[in-house]
Amino acid sequence: MARLSKEERKISIMTKALELFSTEGFYQTTMPSIAEKIGMSVGNLYNYFTSKEMLAKDLILYIANILGEEIRKINESPLSTKEKIDAIVHMYFKIAQERPETIEYFLRVYLSNREVFQNCCEGMICVSAFVTELMIFFEEGVRCGDLRDQDFFSAFGLFMGYLGGMVFLNGEKILPKSLESYELSISDNIYHALKSR
Amino acid sequence: MPSNPAKLKIIWLQGITCNGNTHSFLNDPSLGRLLESVEFIHHPLLACTLNLSELVEHLPASDILIIEGSYKADFERAYRRMDSVLPALAAKAEHIVSLGSCASFGGIFKEADPERISGIVFDREKALGPLAEMMPKVITLSGCPVHPKWLTFVIDMIRAGKAISVDEFRRPKELYAYLVHNGCLRNEYFEWKVDSDRFGTKEGCLFYAQGCQAPFTHGSCNKILWNEVSSKTRSGTPCFGCTEPSFPKRELFSTKTYMSIPAEVPLGVPKRSYLALTGAAKSFHIKRLEERLIDDNA
Ligand code: SF4
Repeated sequence: MARLSKEERKISIMTKALELFSTEGFYQTTMPSIAEKIGMSVGNLYNYFTSKEMLAKDLILYIANILGEEIRKINESPLSTKEKIDAIVHMYFKIAQERPETIEYFLRVYLSNREVFQNCCEGMICVSAFVTELMIFFEEGVRCGDLRDQDFFSAFGLFMGYLGGMVFLNGEKILPKSLESYELSISDNIYHALKSR
Repeated sequence: MPSNPAKLKIIWLQGITCNGNTHSFLNDPSLGRLLESVEFIHHPLLACTLNLSELVEHLPASDILIIEGSYKADFERAYRRMDSVLPALAAKAEHIVSLGSCASFGGIFKEADPERISGIVFDREKALGPLAEMMPKVITLSGCPVHPKWLTFVIDMIRAGKAISVDEFRRPKELYAYLVHNGCLRNEYFEWKVDSDRFGTKEGCLFYAQGCQAPFTHGSCNKILWNEVSSKTRSGTPCFGCTEPSFPKRELFSTKTYMSIPAEVPLGVPKRSYLALTGAAKSFHIKRLEERLIDDNA
């Protein structure tokens, strides 16, 4: 088997750690438990990540980049503003279904344990790839007259808070139907809430 | 008094103007030195050889024809229409200086009659003015008004027989390759996104809350200081982009935003990079930049 590069190895560690963090929570997950899950010595794990906090920070950067990259593709596509909203909702729910640990990490680790991130991920630095693409989405939507001009965070909260909330309810098994069956009505709601009158 | 043949012969003719460039020129502390080396065939205020009536009657040749003010074909000077005076004087001039944003692009007076008022070469961005064909001998000095040193620079270069490197609007690069943002004392506040929402503060950048246009305005206002001491942005007033063909814009003292994101980002900077960088900068709070520089109550 070909030897993995250090970067590839890091990603495979991160993938495993992600599962643990998002199911066990930040504080329950320890460097030894991560090492055990990967089948690696704790000492070796520290060769890749100098602390649990650094690993947690790299994970949020990794997830923000995945989400940012997906939204960037949508932003750069010729879709209308409404179609872009459909596409973002679809993409977000798809990731939540196929790689639930990513969104779970975002909601349950990153947003719920701000104290862990405050020294290495001030403000929005670690999620900048994702937030920047949403800024571009909103800015272009207002510029072309489709969306109503308003404060960025009011719009951001409405869009992402809604999606995050639905994924959370889904994770708690509260939703009576599958997540994707809500896609259309949710993107309609978002569009109607944000569109210019 | 016999005229000195070594002196550059200059005609300063006004179109539709507020006299701002004339007055700005009189503020040049080195005006005395300049006047020793030039002869004004005509100038609206300074001693000169011909008065306005004589000028439009004789239409003499000149080394430099300076035009201040916007152009309108039927605007009259000493009862002669501009479309008969300007091309005739321009044809006989070695060099032409379009002085101020009105002469350069139409400027503020163009607002009164946008279809018929323009600059002498450019009508806003387009080379559709009456002297468009003479463009190679025109130097554009846009600004509202023009800094006196910018004009003396051009006169000195012409006297020295040196070529003046120019941009797409024929503005000297030496003066207009810079952005007004270059050299502003508030650059550090710009970097860290610390804004001031009032005029006249020593602290804070004026970009986000007050519509400062300097990051996309060409000019050396913060390099060659006004009255040799200051500039708009240094004294706490936003730049309103007076050197650009787009001047005057509306709502000068507010920043147009779309969902809180500035509609225009600094010249040449991709929007995505700008947003990523400002998002990062805003995440930090630099105490020193959030405090008063001089706190009287401390
Ligand atoms: S006040 Fe204007 S010129 Fe000064 S740093 Fe801010 S944007 Fe630049």
